[in-house]
Amino acid sequence: MIRGFFTTLKSLFTKPVTIQYPEVKRPVRERYRGRHELKRYDNGLEKCIGCALCAAACPADAIFVEAAANTDEQRYSPGERYASTYEINMLRCIFCGYCEDACPTEAIVLEKDYELSYADRKSAIFTKEMLIVLVPPGGKPRPQKTEPGKFTRSIPEMKNPTD
Amino acid sequence: MDKLVSLTIDGRAVQAPAGTLIIDAAKKAGIVIPVFCYHPKLEPVGMCRMCLVDIGRPAIDRATGQPILNPDGTPKIQFGKLDTACTTPISEGMVVWGATEKVMSARKSMLEFLLTSHPLDCPICDKGGECPLQNQTMKFGPGDSRFIYDEKIHLRKKMPLGDLIMLDRERCIQCARCIRFQDQVVDEPVIGFYQRGRPLEIVSYSEPGFDSIFSGNTTDICPVGALTTTDFRFGARPWEMQPEASICTQCPVGCNINYDVRREARSAGKIVIKRVMPRQNESVNEIWICDKGRFTYHYVESPQRLTSPLVRQNGELKPVPWEEALTAAADKIRTAGSNLVTVAGGRLLNEDLYALKQMNQAIHGSIFHYSRMGGAGWVNRVGMAPGSNLADLGKGDAILVFASDLHEEAPIWWLRVKQAADRGAALIVANARPTRLNKHAAHGIKYRYGEEESALQELLAGESDAAKAFSSSKNAVIFLGSDGMGAAQVEAAAALASELLVKTDHFGKPNNGLVVVWQAANELGASMLGLSPSPTLGEKLGAAMGVYIAGADPVADDPDLNDAIQRAAFVIVQDMFLSETAKLADVVLPVQAVMEREGSLVSGERRVQLVYPAIPALEGTRPDFSITNEIAARLDVKLDLSAPEQIFDRLAQSERAFSGLSYERLAETQPQWPEVGDKDLYFGGTSFKNKEGLGVVPDLSHEMAEPSAGAKFQERAAVQYGEWLAVPVTSVYHQDVYVASAELLKNRIPSEAILMHPADATALGASSGGKLTLKWGIHSYEGSLAVDANLPQGVILVRRDMGIPLQQPTAVRVTPATNQSESDR
Repeated sequence: MIRGFFTTLKSLFTKPVTIQYPEVKRPVRERYRGRHELKRYDNGLEKCIGCALCAAACPADAIFVEAAANTDEQRYSPGERYASTYEINMLRCIFCGYCEDACPTEAIVLEKDYELSYADRKSAIFTKEMLIVLVPPGGKPRPQKTEPGKFTRSIPEMKNPTD
Repeated sequence: MDKLVSLTIDGRAVQAPAGTLIIDAAKKAGIVIPVFCYHPKLEPVGMCRMCLVDIGRPAIDRATGQPILNPDGTPKIQFGKLDTACTTPISEGMVVWGATEKVMSARKSMLEFLLTSHPLDCPICDKGGECPLQNQTMKFGPGDSRFIYDEKIHLRKKMPLGDLIMLDRERCIQCARCIRFQDQVVDEPVIGFYQRGRPLEIVSYSEPGFDSIFSGNTTDICPVGALTTTDFRFGARPWEMQPEASICTQCPVGCNINYDVRREARSAGKIVIKRVMPRQNESVNEIWICDKGRFTYHYVESPQRLTSPLVRQNGELKPVPWEEALTAAADKIRTAGSNLVTVAGGRLLNEDLYALKQMNQAIHGSIFHYSRMGGAGWVNRVGMAPGSNLADLGKGDAILVFASDLHEEAPIWWLRVKQAADRGAALIVANARPTRLNKHAAHGIKYRYGEEESALQELLAGESDAAKAFSSSKNAVIFLGSDGMGAAQVEAAAALASELLVKTDHFGKPNNGLVVVWQAANELGASMLGLSPSPTLGEKLGAAMGVYIAGADPVADDPDLNDAIQRAAFVIVQDMFLSETAKLADVVLPVQAVMEREGSLVSGERRVQLVYPAIPALEGTRPDFSITNEIAARLDVKLDLSAPEQIFDRLAQSERAFSGLSYERLAETQPQWPEVGDKDLYFGGTSFKNKEGLGVVPDLSHEMAEPSAGAKFQERAAVQYGEWLAVPVTSVYHQDVYVASAELLKNRIPSEAILMHPADATALGASSGGKLTLKWGIHSYEGSLAVDANLPQGVILVRRDMGIPLQQPTAVRVTPATNQSESDR
């Protein structure tokens, strides 16, 4: 018994392994897969082109995409097509990251946010407006009016990942 | 049967008839040779070079003419350079290698070339997921390109070829399938190649762009995403949709189609139709459908559809619950008793018609089939026999197309008749005005509107070349339309046509018989169930206590019927929309559309086919048969009709015309050539494989009535001085709600209801585009005029369903509407 109290006493003077969540948050690993974000280009256009390959890749059938046509008058993303509806059911999502792998434009990225809680099932469905990141400085909100012939390509030129 | 030729493909012994192309022989043996430009329905051109194979032929000693043998006694095979499998016919002893290193490397190089300027559009391309180029690149192509990325040629994307078809020039691999389809299959060569080499592009020559009723099919056979429909543009990815089998109800051909459906957030979570695709049925529509069938499905989602029963209260139609409406309808029918006249239209499925018939029998009322056509009785006797297929007609056979502009009335029949003529069938086109079919006709018969009888009598007399060609043919089919004729005239013409068939012994056997080009989808079903139209429907309706109208809009069609229906004590209408007839009704019962239903219908070629429910029914609507069943129950008539299949089983037992049929039999399929869909996308295109039933053609009625001279053409409309003969004609696109609901087709619907010869128009002081007033009896209607120098003089053609309810040849008084309004001032 004395040995047991000694262990307790010893622990009083060591650094605690627990942290005071939510006041204190542990930094996550670099490759942590948390809640998705939909990225934008620097000019504010969405990277997502509504191709629904993420939905096709999703093993949990958590993603739902509907596409519509861009025009130069009302442009959401480069190229001809954008996602008019983009929904992820976070209750279904298993955070496997296949959507990120499938994305041809690096639009969907599993970021660091893991604080997901819902009072009902409906609020577990994240819409495009909830998923998309803020307009970067210097960018414009979409839909944008763009000059004809400038944004004709959906897929940007990309390099292979280096790390 | 052609001589069989033996050869070896990929080490397998294959036998095929002489003249078969290597590619087809391989396909039939289950060996895949990839292609882009070859299509089994088109002439081979060997443009894409994807089907290169190593072909070896037995070496022949020139001196002796004998095959040279190897030391082991086998014939020596000589191989040369790679050759195209799509242009080389098979020959005896040939050895074909399609999967060797040499061939594979050729395929890899071909794909590398095709991809030099192909954009990386797959994620946003409507073809992505069902794209032969995509699939074959994955299977045979190189992982990398040796070409310089920056040297890709950039051409114009998003280039509309007319309202319906979108072209992406970058994606085109120049296989010319679309151009060849338009040229060879449908003979509407409105698109073509422009320039040559790398800048070669597809252009449309016509105004409006891509002016063809079959244009949608080019998107099915395009092996890349160069041609897509504007209707479906970015609608969904192919793998996200569920195909649901159905039958097109826009005309009597009965094309087998699939509705591709998907649940959509945009449509408030409802399952909606995203596109219409052909479903292969080589006896009906092969792998084609017309643009009308492909794009008119939008009526099902029209906001104008009725969603609640309406009952007239204090002179106004008010929405009421179903119970109340059904009780109101039943109460009214009880008061009428046997004085009820039921009118059943050609929109109804067999099951609905049977329910109406049963209820009518129980209450001893009278029931009529509502039709603007006639001749069903004759078709039941001398219609197309089981085993018929228009594709079997060719050399030595004859087809008579009488008083029908098939291109407008039933486009797929036009296509199949034209192809039969291409194969050598003697095509006889008899019409009062030139039609598109005349170009392919061996014999043209021209008569004047109103002289149909004498034209048929002349054929019966058998003196003319056309008559001789018809009577001496092996097989003969008559297509009888309603160009310039009303129901009575068509009935009389059908009698004479039947007489002609019987006289020349062209009935009761496969590939022979009479086909009436109906105006509604299931008119033949009604007649097979024993319902017939009444030539004096107006009088009968006028004398009735009450009228029960299902699936018809007689008020819009005929001002006389309008008057009669107005006189009835009550009117009950079953319809999808608040039609002109429904506006007069006391009780309106909203029904489901065909794509929301299960049931069966009968095509003009007598094929009984199944429709399956594709989308959930609109809330508040019910199927026609169930409404009839409910009303009958309230009249203490126990019909006990609860489900389509149960009804069909009952009608198959009680109706001789349907005996021996069941949903199982209608759903039977068998292998068809060419193979399409699924893994055969590269070969036949994206038309769907038929897994849901080819339908069954039941036996003809056995009691072969002697053709009688009983049916008489009505006296030709007496045209007084100052009057004109006006006749009804059909145009493929019109203002009927089912067609007009499709936004895309709006520009294709002609704005003119009246057609005449320019000389006549000048005589009347009218000009093209101007308005004319037509008056007959107490009726007066206004419509725009189009002039056409090909039309006969002295007659006015009135398009059906364009606002002028002219149903039979009528003598009318014509005045230019503008002049009148000026003189009024």
